This record gives sequence, C-alpha cells and structure tokens, in this order.
Amino acid sequence: MSDVVEVDARRLLCPMPVIRLQDRIESLPPGSEVRITCTDPGTQNDIPTWCRINGHSVLSSCQQQDDYVFLVRKGTDGD
Amino acid sequence: MARKAVALISGGLDSLLAAKLIQQQGIEVEGINFFTGFCVEGHTHAIRNRDRSRAKRNNALWVAEQLGIKLHIIDIVEEYKSVVINPRHGYGSNLNPCLDCKIFMVQKAHQWIREHGFDFIITGEVIGQRPKSQRSRFMPVIADESGAEDLLLRPLSARNLEPTRPELEGWVDRERLLGLSGRSRKPQMALAAEFGFTDYAQPAGGCCFLTDRSYSVKLKDLWDNRGRREYEIDDIMLLKVGRHIRPSTAFKLIIAREEGETRYLSGYRRQYQTIKTVSHAGPLALIEGDRLDPEQLELACAITARFSQGRDADSVELCFSDREQSSQSVHVRPLRAEQIPAEWVIA
Repeated sequence: MSDVVEVDARRLLCPMPVIRLQDRIESLPPGSEVRITCTDPGTQNDIPTWCRINGHSVLSSCQQQDDYVFLVRKGTDGD
Repeated sequence: MARKAVALISGGLDSLLAAKLIQQQGIEVEGINFFTGFCVEGHTHAIRNRDRSRAKRNNALWVAEQLGIKLHIIDIVEEYKSVVINPRHGYGSNLNPCLDCKIFMVQKAHQWIREHGFDFIITGEVIGQRPKSQRSRFMPVIADESGAEDLLLRPLSARNLEPTRPELEGWVDRERLLGLSGRSRKPQMALAAEFGFTDYAQPAGGCCFLTDRSYSVKLKDLWDNRGRREYEIDDIMLLKVGRHIRPSTAFKLIIAREEGETRYLSGYRRQYQTIKTVSHAGPLALIEGDRLDPEQLELACAITARFSQGRDADSVELCFSDREQSSQSVHVRPLRAEQIPAEWVIA
C-alpha cells in the first residue's frame, strides 16, 4: 500500500483547502491517498462535494478538536 | 466530433442556466471558478459564529454538482492584484473593477481552454443585468480584450449579440439559445423552475467584497496608510473581520466583534502584536503598526477595553503580547463611547 500524502490546510478558509487538495492530487497517480487536515467547518461540505464531482472518494472523515480530517483516494477519472 | 466548452461558474443562477443550456445541446461542459480572495459568502460563514447556524456550502461546487460537471477552482490571488490595484477601465461605485475583472477571468479561461483542448467558453452574462460589466457596449470589449473573441458565448443573451464561432460553425444551435436582457430576474427564475433547480443562490449585492462600501473604505485606508497600493492575502482577509479603528497614522486596531472572530484572529498571533482583556470577558485585538510608544499602547488597550464586559469598570486588565508571545500586563480605564471619534472608525 502506498504512503498517504499529507496536506495541511489549517487556518485556510474555503475554497483554499479545496484548492490545496486539488493541486496536490493532480500530480499523483490514480489510487493515491491524501489526508487533508482543515479548520474551516465549511470543508465538511466542500471536500466531499469536490471529491464527488471530480471522481475521487472520501474514505473517511472525522473531527479532532478543531480539526476536520479527510482521507481521500484519487479516482481513475480524476485530474 | 464532440465539442467541449468550459463554463465560468460563479455559483449564481445565471452561470448555472448558461451551462445547462449548452449541456442540452450535447456539448461536454466543465466548470472553472476563480478564487480572488474577495469572495463573500464562505468566508463570512467560516469566521462569524452567528452565521454558522445557517447551512454552509460553496455555491460553485453546488452548481457543478447540479450540472454533473467537473469544477476546477483556480487560485488567481497573485495575478488578480493588478486588476484591483490598477484597473484599466476604472472602478464601479466602490473599489469593484467589474469590467477589468470579467476581462481578466475570460482571458484566464481562454488560456485554460487552449491548454486543455476545449473549444469555447461560456458565461452567464446577461445584457443589462449589471450596471457596468454587463452593459451591451461592453460585451464586445470583454471578448476582444480577453483575447477570446468569437470563442466567448453568452447563452442567455446570445440572440441579442453577434453570432459567435460555436454558432457559426454549427457546434451549437443559435435558435436554442436565449435573448435575455435587462435587470429582471423573472426569466431566469422561470427557466430554473423548468429545469427543476430550486435551491440556487441569489446573492443580493453580488458575491465580491469589493462591491461593498465598508470593505472598500477599509481597503482604501490600508493603501493610504501604507503609502502604496498593494496587499497580501492576509490583508484582504483581515479586512473582512472585526471593527477597524485607527486612532493615528501609527497604528490600527482590528477588534473582534464576537467569539468566532476572536478565534479567527487568534490565528494571527505570530504575525501581529495582540491585546486581550484579562480581568473581564472581551475581544482579541490585533495591532497593525510597529513600535507603539507607551502612550499609544495605553490608548490601544483603553479602546479594546471599551468593547469588553468591563467597559463601565474603573480599571480593566489586559495582556499585550508581541509576535514572539512575550507579554506584559496593562491596566487601563476603558474609553467611553464618546471618546472614540467617528473618524477613527474605518467603515
């Protein structure tokens, strides 16, 4: 299993966390996993929505104190 | 050969409908949304507690999901500075460079379609919908100055405009495009109902902080006091937050108005000197400006104390911290409301 790529998007307001995820995932091969850590509550909607429309999967999401953590797998059709 | 179009997706109704009209003609559509740093809705939600009770979503993402299209969100914060600082066509009623903004975004979209093998660009522009950027005479200006020329199609107003290449080449059927004009929203609302869209965003006064008078006053104050027209992303984010009070040219205070703003401003503790009330519940304040003398620091604390629960107390204790987090205790008598002149308040 490949390593999980970490993206720190804490203190960034939407849509910057989505942009960070989008830009990071772009250069990875399909099937790669990215864990993104955010503090903007809006990411609870925005990260899953962005993943759905671009063909990626949210494998898990959780809240750890003020952080929202998402584990995302890049889809075969995604950018 | 199947043709592909990219739609500028703002998150509002017009771009949703424009993209839908083109999808209906069998064109493959993907969306682009540009992040300038001046977006209104999401940031206000994220920062202020009172706005958190409402459902929060990114409208551009919501639109893309309704259409079933991919959305590319592009960070143009750095490049966009030249549009805000030196707009060739000037500002609207505030510091909103709407015409230059539209030209810039279409230009970026034109660059994007060339890099990604798309055929043309669509926008939700409607002739006469907005006072400046969507005037009839500016439609060709946007097409020409962006470089997109006849690859820019406005499906909602197309039949009031010269035919574009997608129409002339038969990629799309001009007869199935619309000829809307004017400020009425009724035709768009009727079309939305026809398509089954019910929960679309209708931002009153636009979705950009630069159209807001109070925000523009704060940005102008920032430029005037720095002696140069420039900004960083943190500057324009902080203009969205708190009370901005400038008692002198030496410093400005950004004082949180509620808990959500205090939490947000706390993230800037290592970039700014801060003041926080200790003896009473109260806001966090950032100090923009270095080397305050003792008198100025006392004034900054007395102003901050004015907005705390200790506003009527004889003495309030506050903690002043520098960027390295070394702190000192300060005791002051809070200023009374009438001791804060209106001209100090930037709004």
